[in-house]
Amino acid sequence: MKKLLITAALAAMALGGTSAHAADKVKACWVYLGAIGDAGWTFGHDVGRKQVEKELGDKVETVYVENVAEADAAGPIERLARDGCKIIFATSFGYMEPTLQVAAKYPDVKFEHATGFKTAPNVTTYNAKFYQGRYVQGLLAAKTSKTGTAGYIATFPIPEVVMGINSFMLGAQSVNPNFKLKIIWINSWFDPGKEGDATKVLISQGADVIAQHSDSAAPMAVAQEQGKFAFGQAQDQIKFGPKAQLTANVDNWGPYYVRRVKQVLDGSWKSEQSWDGMAEGTVVLAPFTNMSDDVKALAQKTYDDIKSGKLEPFTGPITKQDGSTIGEPGKPIPAGDILGTNWYVKGIDDKLPQ
Amino acid sequence: MDQLYAIANWFVSHAGSFYAIAITIVAASTPLLIAALGELVVERSGVLNLGVEGMMIIGAVTGFVATFLSGNPYIGILAAILGGALLSLLFGFLTLTLLANQVATGLAITLLGVGLSSLIGESFVGQPIQRLPSFYGFNILIVMSFVLTAVVSWVLFRTRLGLMVRAVGDNHTSAHAMGFSVIGLRYACVAFGGACAGLAGGYLSIADTPQWVENMTAGRGWIALALVVFATWLPKRLLFGAYLFGTISIFSFTVQTFAWGIPSQLLSCTPYLVTVVALVVISRNKRLLRANTPACLGQAFVADR
Repeated sequence: MKKLLITAALAAMALGGTSAHAADKVKACWVYLGAIGDAGWTFGHDVGRKQVEKELGDKVETVYVENVAEADAAGPIERLARDGCKIIFATSFGYMEPTLQVAAKYPDVKFEHATGFKTAPNVTTYNAKFYQGRYVQGLLAAKTSKTGTAGYIATFPIPEVVMGINSFMLGAQSVNPNFKLKIIWINSWFDPGKEGDATKVLISQGADVIAQHSDSAAPMAVAQEQGKFAFGQAQDQIKFGPKAQLTANVDNWGPYYVRRVKQVLDGSWKSEQSWDGMAEGTVVLAPFTNMSDDVKALAQKTYDDIKSGKLEPFTGPITKQDGSTIGEPGKPIPAGDILGTNWYVKGIDDKLPQ
Repeated sequence: MDQLYAIANWFVSHAGSFYAIAITIVAASTPLLIAALGELVVERSGVLNLGVEGMMIIGAVTGFVATFLSGNPYIGILAAILGGALLSLLFGFLTLTLLANQVATGLAITLLGVGLSSLIGESFVGQPIQRLPSFYGFNILIVMSFVLTAVVSWVLFRTRLGLMVRAVGDNHTSAHAMGFSVIGLRYACVAFGGACAGLAGGYLSIADTPQWVENMTAGRGWIALALVVFATWLPKRLLFGAYLFGTISIFSFTVQTFAWGIPSQLLSCTPYLVTVVALVVISRNKRLLRANTPACLGQAFVADR
């Protein structure tokens, strides 16, 4: 009996040993807040994951866990680390503390935290400059609006959302300095019913172009029904608004994910605070539709300028709502200041919820 | 006289905007009303159905899928009704035949419904469908919601069938002694409640925002459930409660666009607060309250003879 046990144990160790050496495959894992079926934020990350599979083929094995609530995230993240994941992407701000906790226990595993701000030797934070897309949206809104008013469906008053509103307004003001913006805070990332209702209210208050930070296609559908314009969020939503969509902010995480997994493969991965944007292809605009050719040309030029770095929406000096200015003339505002935005630009008729 | 003209002028010029807001309020209140009416009938028969949210979202997904596959929104509406009714029959079987605890079963059905709907709807996310046709914002379901209120009110209080349902809800032992089929009536009411919840869900995914995404009912089933209780099981108060909730919800958004600086989080509490306060005030009369509460609500019925 004892001999049998020893032989079995040795066999298991040998098998385990060989399998660890034989597999050069890197296991890359993703933790999702919602379900891939949200057609928005989580869906976008999954598209990126699939691109990693496509481009790196046999060299990677990808795994994902859906519907991980922020409060209970430590368990699933730790399980992924224990199961041999070499790099784990935690795709929500609320995963910050659990990720850091697990990262401390597994120093050999790399962790990437989306939209966070705390790093560690094996923890990187990553984000995308969505505000660049919103600048173009604001410009288009000012160009196509007949009432000079746009409606904005905002989610939570965090810097991410406020910088989007500011960028939108700056884009609009570059064409029409008296452009008006009406904002509704729905306090949810995702509620098609509320988003639809908010859109209807904004339209009834005179807005004829709708922008949103929330995740469903409800505002687009309502805009289509009422003959107004809207911008798609996170995905190209032209299907819901064939006559309504001007363009959409598309999250394109693929290039970033492929780059980071490649770095794990060749050993050059380093912890950083990455903030990719249009230049790196992480923020892409859907094709410009439903507008005249000269507006399209202007939008395309602005898009190209931001991509090449010639134009940066947050270039100083910017006048805040309270009258003070921020930033030095001609220079982009420091990333830290943008990431901590808690102020409105001048011209926005709203009080920022504190 | 001039001032009168000015005021009238203001109203007329803003008529378009008023109408837009009014129709938005109607659209927001209709699903709550329909689901709550169904639940009112169920509770009047003595069954406490906490599975409204699950039935609503199953209705939403089956309605959406049927519309997508057939291209016809009316088929979708029928499918939504059927979907909600089927799930409610499962609930009925568990609680009326197998005599499981109604509260626990209802919650389990909700979880089942939400999960199942995600599964069914997975490959249909992000697909557009043929929207239910509407006339200046009014669609057939909105009209139906008013008709349903009148019908439920009339049947419950002016017909023998309604009397039987209420009898079963108030004292099922006596009702059984009188020869009424307690279990049969309850099954029928549960199916009706499920059908209404399914219809309300179908309204959301076919008429209101024609798309399917996970969890799109976002808790409306629970609001409908609460409305039934706060309206003391009276259809007319339910109509008032549902519309009050819808009105305040839309107003809380409209107020935000005026930029008065009121925190949005506070504004989003107001529909709940105002509706609860209003209905509690209306239901002050204790005698009327006792008369309307189904005395056997939540109790399982076992025939002893």
